[in-house]
Amino acid sequence: MPDYALELSNLSRHFHLKNGAFKEPTLLKAVDGISLRIRPGETLGLVGESGCGKSTLAKMILGLLEPTDGDVLINDKARSASSRLSMARQLQPIFQDPYSSLNPRKTIEQIIRLPLQLHKEGNKESQKKAVKDISDLVGLPERLLKQYPGQLSGGQRQRVAIARALILKPKILVCDEPTSALDVSVQAQILNLLMDLKKELGLTYLFISHNLGVVEHLVDKVAVMYRGKIVEQGTRDEIFQNAQHPYTKALLSSVLTPEPALGLPEVLDSSAWDSAQAS
Amino acid sequence: MNRILDIKNLQVSLPTANGVLRAVRGIDLHVDKGEMLCIVGESGCGKSMTSMALMGLLPKRAEVTAEVLDFDGLDLLSLPKKERNKIRGMRMSMIFQEPMTSLNPSYTLGNQLCEAIMRHKGVSSAEAKERAVYLLTRAGVPMPEKRLDQYPHQLSGGLRQRVMIAMALMCEPDLIIADEPTTALDVTIQAQILRLIRELQQEFGTAVIFITHDLGVVARIADRVAVMYAGQVVETATAQELYSNPMHPYTRGLLNCIPIPGKTAPGSHLESIPGVVPSLIGELKGCAFANRCHVSTSECSQRTPSLELEPNSTSLHQVRCPITATTLQEAM
Repeated sequence: MPDYALELSNLSRHFHLKNGAFKEPTLLKAVDGISLRIRPGETLGLVGESGCGKSTLAKMILGLLEPTDGDVLINDKARSASSRLSMARQLQPIFQDPYSSLNPRKTIEQIIRLPLQLHKEGNKESQKKAVKDISDLVGLPERLLKQYPGQLSGGQRQRVAIARALILKPKILVCDEPTSALDVSVQAQILNLLMDLKKELGLTYLFISHNLGVVEHLVDKVAVMYRGKIVEQGTRDEIFQNAQHPYTKALLSSVLTPEPALGLPEVLDSSAWDSAQAS
Repeated sequence: MNRILDIKNLQVSLPTANGVLRAVRGIDLHVDKGEMLCIVGESGCGKSMTSMALMGLLPKRAEVTAEVLDFDGLDLLSLPKKERNKIRGMRMSMIFQEPMTSLNPSYTLGNQLCEAIMRHKGVSSAEAKERAVYLLTRAGVPMPEKRLDQYPHQLSGGLRQRVMIAMALMCEPDLIIADEPTTALDVTIQAQILRLIRELQQEFGTAVIFITHDLGVVARIADRVAVMYAGQVVETATAQELYSNPMHPYTRGLLNCIPIPGKTAPGSHLESIPGVVPSLIGELKGCAFANRCHVSTSECSQRTPSLELEPNSTSLHQVRCPITATTLQEAM
């Protein structure tokens, strides 16, 4: 058993933004020297607002984007030193929008089976059985397998995405805002499913979200990201009970729970945490 | 009379390839002057269709009927188009979800801010600019004079939404319809924008219909709440009453499935509402929520319940469910 299921060491990704033909390009440090470690079976919540670099980070972990510096270690092996296929067996993504992450012209069965075909695993019969088993596991009725994504509801589509991610039996899932495109009643179903699967299969999650209520419910550890850097990380209780960084505090105070008596929170100006980051 | 808007049995139908989509199936609502009414519901429940019907912005093929659609003594349905255009933007304005797509990218902000007031009230361009600068300042936009010559893409999402709010207030409307105005924004910005809407609403005494899917947002800003499901209002009450004493099984289900930091035990099984929203094409028989409801009886799928006044409550609490509170309590 490796010490860490996922380890990021000083990971960076910089972009050069063109400012016109003759001007110096601006350097955008989308991800700026991030180090994170997730133990097997742990769930790490990565929180931050739009533009903070969380999706760039997810893309590098998934191998969809080359890091400028640093490396991603999956089960103690460097991503850059391993083949894509072998990495795909260990780590799979679940994306935010189940409306655009499924091919509209393939049936659900074809979508879930594709990873098996790419990895040349088993024959047609065994693949079919694997698809059926995984569909049962994620609560997808068998009758839907012959249908197309357009005929499914948002929650059902996200179950398809989860089934496809799990069919190669990876140990790590990178969930990038998996419930933000869903209605709250469906969000609860998917969160319950993710928790059940974790128990049953011993999965490790990197759970990226801006919804702190969901993060608190699901994760063991939290890392708060702001402008390409991790500004604070700790266990769930450390972050939610005793946050230190002003940005984390501002995020926590902006969570609007359904309690009418509380009214709207006082909101800090971003200068409070910008100065904290500069110091 | 304190009512600014009175709606009785509003229905909106849209013809589609698969049949007639009955998006709004008989809504009764009213808004008092200076009140913040929140309409909350999941996607496809008809909340945006309702707001579009009020603004008169539905596509031509949509069919809108109502027993009463009264805006400050004017019958909106029988009003000629010219009169309707006079109300829109002047006495009734709208804040949309996506400030990038609702602002015109090829005109300056000053141009867009001043357009409505110059057209409706016939004020001079200088006066309009003066008001625009005043409102931008009130909306917390830094360097307001400079902004008038800028284009929408030069502003961040939060600033754009502040400009939209200033724009909605230009003609001092009696009613603002805000359709998910903070959904596209980050949480820290969301809190700032909600505060701004609440403050300006109280300062100018404007009535606001605030449409959202987020029960957390509703709790913090609403005076009164209407919960919508499948094109109908299933429950309406003051915010305090609704959250302390939710009566409809759907409202209860929605409130129970949100994990609340500090209240819900982390990792515990969340309550969820089984099944999916019914298709709104064609007729629905009986209660639209019956097949997802854990207290429904065989009668629920036969008879369509009406919106009844909850007898035990002191405030105006209406529920569209004949199963009484005691039975609900036992079933939970």
